[in-house]
Amino acid sequence: MGIRHWLGDNFLTTRVDQVVAWARKFSLFPYPFVTACCGMEYMAVSAAHYDLDRFGAAFPRFTPRQADLLMVVGTISHKMAPILKRVYEQMTEPKWVMAFGVCTCTGGFYDNYATVQGIDTIIPVDIYVPGCPPRPEAVIRGIMMLQEKITKMRQEY
Amino acid sequence: MAASEHPAVSKLRQAFGDKILDVYTFRGDTVVVLDRSVNVEACQLLRDDPDLRFDFLMDLTAVDYLGFGRVPRFEVVYNLYSFANNLRLRLRVPVPEEDPVIRTVTHLWKAANWAEREVWDMFGIRFEGHPNLKRILLYEEFQGHPLRKDYPVNKRQPLIGPIN
Repeated sequence: MGIRHWLGDNFLTTRVDQVVAWARKFSLFPYPFVTACCGMEYMAVSAAHYDLDRFGAAFPRFTPRQADLLMVVGTISHKMAPILKRVYEQMTEPKWVMAFGVCTCTGGFYDNYATVQGIDTIIPVDIYVPGCPPRPEAVIRGIMMLQEKITKMRQEY
Repeated sequence: MAASEHPAVSKLRQAFGDKILDVYTFRGDTVVVLDRSVNVEACQLLRDDPDLRFDFLMDLTAVDYLGFGRVPRFEVVYNLYSFANNLRLRLRVPVPEEDPVIRTVTHLWKAANWAEREVWDMFGIRFEGHPNLKRILLYEEFQGHPLRKDYPVNKRQPLIGPIN
């Protein structure tokens, strides 16, 4: 009861944290850092058929400064690693990172001199979507899990 | 086509004699093994001879024969094609381990520029006279040449982050 008792049905009550989280989880602006074949799957998942826009995450910003979700899509080589780190550092808070595909999660089968064995050795990762490449359903599941994570986070604003 | 029928073989034999180390056919492709002292001259002849006109360097790569008991250890391979005469020819040029140098063919085919840089990057074979011989795929900080068979398979040289 509490305040609702006095105000009737004309108001909704909530906490600021919850409102902010609700807004944030449905307005993820992804920055697609696409380096390899997973990019095709990224295109599929963001295009009309699978329609990532249903989850509020289909407005790619092609500058990291306007994005809050870094989708690392594809193999990251050691030569690329400093660039990825720089892109991550350019993003403003709050920011999240999705490791899209097994190469970004662990290096995948590229266990060789050229490939970073998981991007979490360079930047923090919030959600891992394995698969070679992951199916669109897996990516959507990853987005939904990330949304759940966002609602449970302490919101800073 | 048998090796003896290939029009390039007789011309190369005539011009370079005992610098032609071997000639054979593998699955229909004629292969000529050359001494490295005549690699540029042979390429020049193959490109400019009006009966041959190998105007297209399809590929330039190298092989490391470590563990095969072969001397010399490396081989640079040229795959040539003639649009005018519809001919193919593969040149193999042995390169010794202790002096891994061969003269460039960038002045004959521009396509050789990046291919030679890749061979330098991966195998550490230097191309004398190359206009810009630096690593093409790996970063300058990288030590060694990873496609050499004695490059440790688990050796990692990250620019940032831990070695894992």
